[in-house]
Amino acid sequence: MAKTKELLFDPVVNDNPIALQVLGICSALAVTSSMSVAFVMSLAVIAVTAFSNLFVSVIRSQIPSSIRIIVQMTIIASLVIVVDQILKAFAYEISKQLSVFVGLIITNCIVMGRAEAFAMKNGPVDSFIDGIGNGLGYSAILMIVGFVRELFGSGTLFGVEVLTKVTEGGWYFTNGMMLLPPSAFFIIGFLIWGIRAWKTAQIEADEFKIAPNSKVKEA
Amino acid sequence: MSSNNESIRKTVTVAMVLCLVCSVIVSASAVILRPEQAVNERANMQMNILQAAGLFDPQQSIPDQFQIVTTRLVNLDTGEFVNGMDVDRYDQRKASKDPSMNRVLSTDKDIASIKRQAKIAKVYLVENGGQIDKIILPIHGYGLWSTLYGFMALEGDGNTIAGLGFYEHAETPGLGGEVDNPSWKKQWAGKRVYKDGRVALRLVKGGADRKDAYGIDALSGATITSRGVDNLVKFWLSDTGFKPFLDNVREGRI
Repeated sequence: MAKTKELLFDPVVNDNPIALQVLGICSALAVTSSMSVAFVMSLAVIAVTAFSNLFVSVIRSQIPSSIRIIVQMTIIASLVIVVDQILKAFAYEISKQLSVFVGLIITNCIVMGRAEAFAMKNGPVDSFIDGIGNGLGYSAILMIVGFVRELFGSGTLFGVEVLTKVTEGGWYFTNGMMLLPPSAFFIIGFLIWGIRAWKTAQIEADEFKIAPNSKVKEA
Repeated sequence: MSSNNESIRKTVTVAMVLCLVCSVIVSASAVILRPEQAVNERANMQMNILQAAGLFDPQQSIPDQFQIVTTRLVNLDTGEFVNGMDVDRYDQRKASKDPSMNRVLSTDKDIASIKRQAKIAKVYLVENGGQIDKIILPIHGYGLWSTLYGFMALEGDGNTIAGLGFYEHAETPGLGGEVDNPSWKKQWAGKRVYKDGRVALRLVKGGADRKDAYGIDALSGATITSRGVDNLVKFWLSDTGFKPFLDNVREGRI
């Protein structure tokens, strides 16, 4: 049981795909301007990572290593199309806002990374849980970024008004930058800083040492 | 076992079986979910029509609101209603590609660069006490990268614009994509179309005079998209487009 818990919750804080592995940044910038969109995107990514891990793991002993990447891609792509079809049928408005980004889950490094790094070497159940865990790790960051961006960008959370905007007779001046994708860079940057200040084991060693002659010396 | 996996035969088999299984799953999900998606698309189209006319209220269900709208078919040549055809099943976009239902436009007439046009078009009417209150016309034409599809709403006089909106295009986001900008779209309402029987409505590069009842600001940084919008609006309001129909409405013939 301890292992299941580890598989499920390690990727959320200790081994977060976005904060530590810095994967999947592209969609994290694009779909986080409102929380409801980020939430649906999270669910889609959790479903795709979990099931692609499961299926890849089930057939892992049959996959010839020369075509393994293509096999993984085919499974992931099929799952993404199924998820896209489901969203179009049951969450049409949100699927329009997510537009191309649902399709781009195919190229999300987290899904591919977990299939190649974990599912190819582990059993189906563990792989499935690992997929959910990594999806949750991705979702956690997405929801935090979405929270900050929606609250300060449009004064709402899940579309419900929290801060009354000036344009509607309130006091809150919306921060337009928060609605633009670059703001997510800053928020993710601060998050990574925060997590690494808390979990110092995540700090990476310098790749090179600064040469002594670049230090300021007394003349 | 892994050495076995590497043979050409095994590789081909795995690839074939995988493709087969995946394609069955993908096509099954597409087919099974098709009815739900069709309902959504229909509601979305109805929303676009209501939005163009400025009648959309996000608080209410779309099909309920759409009940005030009557859909009719119009013969573009004569400008008269076509009866005896199923409005719901008529697909104007498909008809424009069907040689028995379209007409090929000559270069001098084809200012919207659409090449072929369906002979019968859909119109959406909002009636109020037996009088036509709003006329919503489907319009399309070529911009810079893509064909823009949209709706133009006119008041019952067939001359005053009530609104305009595009629901499908692939123009450059931030430049030509600004055709979706609400404050740009807002200036269409209240403008007039015809002056002495000719289309006088146009997009003005550098900004239209506020007092000009026929001028609309062109989009800055999007010369070709603006030209496309200008052309497609002129096209659909001309004799090749809905002018015969609008004339009939104005003169009370239908």
